[in-house]
Formats: sequence, C-alpha cells, structure tokens
Amino acid sequence: MRLINRKPGRVLAIVLAALPFVAVALAYTIGSEMRLAVNPQDRLLPAPATLLDTAIRTFTEAERRSGRILLWHDTGASLFRLLSGVGIAALLSLVLGLVIGLLPVMRGTLSNFVAVISMVPPLALLPILFIFFGLGELSKVVLIVIGTAPVMTRDLAQRVLEIPREQIIKAQTLGASSLVIALRVVLPQVLPRLIINMRLSLGTAWLFLIAAEAVASETGLGYRIFLVRRFLAMDIILIYVLWITLLAFLLDWALRALSRRAFRWLEAGL
Amino acid sequence: MSFVQVRDVWQRYGTRSIIERVNLSVEEGAFISIVGASGCGKSTFLRLLLAEEQPTRGEVSVAGAPPAREPDRARGVVFQRYSVFPHLSVRDNIVAAESFGTRLGWLWGARLREAKARADATLARIGLDHVAGHYPAALSGGMQQRLAIAQALTARPRILLLDEPFGALDPGTRVQMHDFLTELRAENPMTVFMVTHDLAEGFKLGDRVLVFDKPRWDPHAPDAYGATITYDFDARHGGIPYHHLREKVDEPAFAKA
Ligand SMILES: Nc1ncnc2c1ncn2[C@@H]1O[C@H](COP(=O)(O)OP(=O)(O)O)[C@@H](O)[C@H]1O
Ligand SMILES: [Mg+2]
Repeated sequence: MRLINRKPGRVLAIVLAALPFVAVALAYTIGSEMRLAVNPQDRLLPAPATLLDTAIRTFTEAERRSGRILLWHDTGASLFRLLSGVGIAALLSLVLGLVIGLLPVMRGTLSNFVAVISMVPPLALLPILFIFFGLGELSKVVLIVIGTAPVMTRDLAQRVLEIPREQIIKAQTLGASSLVIALRVVLPQVLPRLIINMRLSLGTAWLFLIAAEAVASETGLGYRIFLVRRFLAMDIILIYVLWITLLAFLLDWALRALSRRAFRWLEAGL
Repeated sequence: MSFVQVRDVWQRYGTRSIIERVNLSVEEGAFISIVGASGCGKSTFLRLLLAEEQPTRGEVSVAGAPPAREPDRARGVVFQRYSVFPHLSVRDNIVAAESFGTRLGWLWGARLREAKARADATLARIGLDHVAGHYPAALSGGMQQRLAIAQALTARPRILLLDEPFGALDPGTRVQMHDFLTELRAENPMTVFMVTHDLAEGFKLGDRVLVFDKPRWDPHAPDAYGATITYDFDARHGGIPYHHLREKVDEPAFAKA
C-alpha cells in the first residue's frame, strides 16, 4: 500500500499527535538531569520539579512590595494591549477593506497607499512611536495596529472583490443602495474572513507586543521575561513562555469557536 | 410604442467589437429567447439591457424611460450561478427583495412580519416552504434557481433577464423548470429575455427566438466586427418553429466563409 494512502486509526492518531510533545519534554528532562548532575547550581535547564514549583509560586504568590501577583498583573496588561491593538486593527481593516473593495474611486486612492504602508517594517517605527505617543500604552497599541492592519486590509479588500459580481448586480436589481450592499451583502460574507485574519494576525501581534514591552514598559509578560533574564531566572522565563503559548492557543480556539457558531451558512453545503 | 426599444446598439471593449448594429423592439409581455455561439456576445447584450454597462453607441430604453445608467428595480435578473445570497436563509432571500430597497436594508416590526408572511406564501407557491429556514447551499441546483427566479419576481421588475438560467441543471430538472417558468408567466405576464445555448429550450419557451451571429467576418482580424441579430424567429404556437420560420434580417449569417 502506498504511504499516501495509509491512514492512522483513532488511537494511533492520538499517540502520533502526542509524540512530538512527549519527545521534547523527555529531551528536556534528560538534558536538565545531565547538567544538574555535573553542577547542582546550574540554572540553564531547571529540573521539571523546580519548574512546577516556580509555576505554583508565580501563579499564586503576591510580590511582597506591591502585594500583587505579578503574573496575573502582567497578563492583564499584555492582553489589554494585544486585544485592543488587534481589535482596532480589525475594525480599521474592515472599514478600509469594504471601502477599497466596493468603491472604485477609493480603490484608486487607497489601495496603492495601503500596499506601500504594509511594506514598512513596523519595528523600525517603534522609536518614532515612542517619541510621538510616549512610553505608555498608546505606543504599544499603535505598533500592533500598524503591524497588523495593512495586511488585514489588503486581504479583506481582495475578498470583497472576489464576491461574485452576480450577487452585487442582483442586489442592485432589488433596489439596494451602495450602503445596503455593503451592510447586507458584502459585510456578512467577509466577517468570517475577518475572524480568520484576526487569528492569523495574533501571532504577529504577540511579536510586536513583546518587542515593545521588552524595550520600554513597567509591566507586561514581555517586560517580565526580559527583566528576569538579568538574573538568569530560566524557570520563570520558561513558565512565562509556556503561559504565553497557552494564551495564544486559547485566543485562537475562542475565535475559531466564535466563527463556527456565528457563520452557520458557511457550513450549509458541507 | 414598443415596451423595450434597442436602437442601433454597438458594444466594443478596447479594439474588440462584440456586438454591433443591434436593433430590436419588443412588446410588453413577450418572451424573447436569445441563442448564438458561445462568446458571441449574448451575455454582453443582456448586460446592456440590465444597464450594468453602457453601450459604446446607441441606446436601450425600457417602458419609455430614458436609458438607465445602472441596474435598478425595473430589471430583474437570474444568472446561471451565484444568483441568491449564500449567507441568507431561503426565506430571507425572498424578504431581501423587499428589504434591500429600504435605507439600511432591514425591515422591522410589523413590516418585517408581513414581508415574512408574503415570503412564506411565495415559498409555498414554488414548493420551497419545507426548506424556508435552510441556507441556499443546502438546496439542489434546481431549487436554487427556483428561489432565484422567485426572488427576482418579488421585486416586481418590468423586464426579467435570464442568462442561461438552467444551463447547470440536469435535463429532468430543466423540464420541471420550464413548467415552473411557464406557470409563473401565466400568473403574472412579464417581459422576459432568456439567453440559452439549448435551441429547443429557446423555441419551447420563447415567443421569439433571436439568433446572434457575426454577419461580417475578416479572417485577418477576427475581432474587427461584432455579432448582431441575424435571425428573428416567430416561435409561438407550441414551439413548432420551423413551419412558421420568418426570416427578417437582410444580411445572411453564412456570409462569413
Ligand atoms: N468586460 C469585458 N471586457 C473585455 N471583453 C469582454 C468583457 N466582457 C465580455 N468580453 C468578451 O466579449 C465576448 C462576448 O462575451 P459574452 O457576452 O459573455 O458571450 P456569450 O454570453 O455569448 O457567451 C467574449 O469574447 C468575452 O471575452
Ligand atoms: Mg454568456
């Protein structure tokens, strides 16, 4: 039987899916034990037990000076920046995408502009953003918006243009104005794509967020990682990295669930 | 004066002539079938009737109105595909024919309830009441086209334009659709233009069958001349055309050689 036709059964599929995770965990444990055997003071690969210990402490113990549990505080600050950045970018790209896709006049004006803007490397703008918007929340949110909105806009405008011409004509013969076509024909059909774009943009948004927090911040997950790096606190860094990964996964999962619930018509033909 | 008047219409894209010197006058309530080779400009002619495009030369007027500059409610249309809205339920697709004409495209309260009731009556009439809550993708091709035709008619257009509406259906379904369309026309007489590549279908349904073809042909520049109406058949009397064949155009279609 050809390899391309060989499909794993249910149990095997689960085992295969778990395999890489187990392999990485195993490699880490072995590496950690080898290093600690040579030097018990080694901080590079803390033992799994130490990690668990640190995890419990970071999730539950308040910092003495401020009385706050730093991890939750950092999480709140970072999620606020991330979600407002991606949310604003999504709204902006939705409006611009509809306008560019639907209105030939605006397409002429805006599409090249957006294409050029999307070529600007956002991180290179970071110093400018800090100068203009200060070191507070605004500059970080703006960085995420600048970093994600142009690509989302171009994609959405393209999706609008891909809506079959027949539907747009049909709507006109039913008396729909440009506004009604935008609101009732085009918008509902590109919303699923907007959710997909947000899911894709979240990865980039995390990148910009952590970069901005590393450079200038007083709180946030990225800030904390770069702060404790000075003390070589690998255990805390690893816990934070795992936590960020989990958050990213949960956000993606939530958006996917939302999309499935909200857009039943997409699956009607399946 | 006739209901639909086409005066010396030409359409050219860049240097390509698609149709030329098309003259036509159609009485209200007539069913006009349009046939012709693939790519000869039938859909282009329909787009001109629809006012989706403006002719390079000449003009089209419907019901004595000045030439339209864009599609409007006077013109109903059904394409071969993509004629209904995939994100609206079957019922909402019918309601859309009433709500899309409002300012924001939505109906509320009593008006919405009434529109829904009317939509349900329409769906019962066309045998789609059992799928009123479904999305179009869950419907068969024939059901989707029935919905598309009912949706177009709900807006009460003056002329109905059909571009190969049954082209994607299997033969059995197609015959059902012929009966469906004939019944609808008996109930409310309307002026219909239907493009088809099926000659028998054209003669069966149409009062007149127009043939589009290129009367002039330059082998060195195939795009130099466009197609025009080369035959205009009387197709009444149960679609037995060949006994009532009436040649109208002076230039024969087989002049290209
Ligand atoms: N917007 C357009 N721009 C340029 N060429 C076009 C356009 N629309 C149609 N054509 C060309 O006009 C010709 C006639 O097209 P069409 O009217 O769709 O033919 P038919 O419906 O008879 O098969 C085709 O060769 C097509 O490529
Ligand atoms: Mg065609």
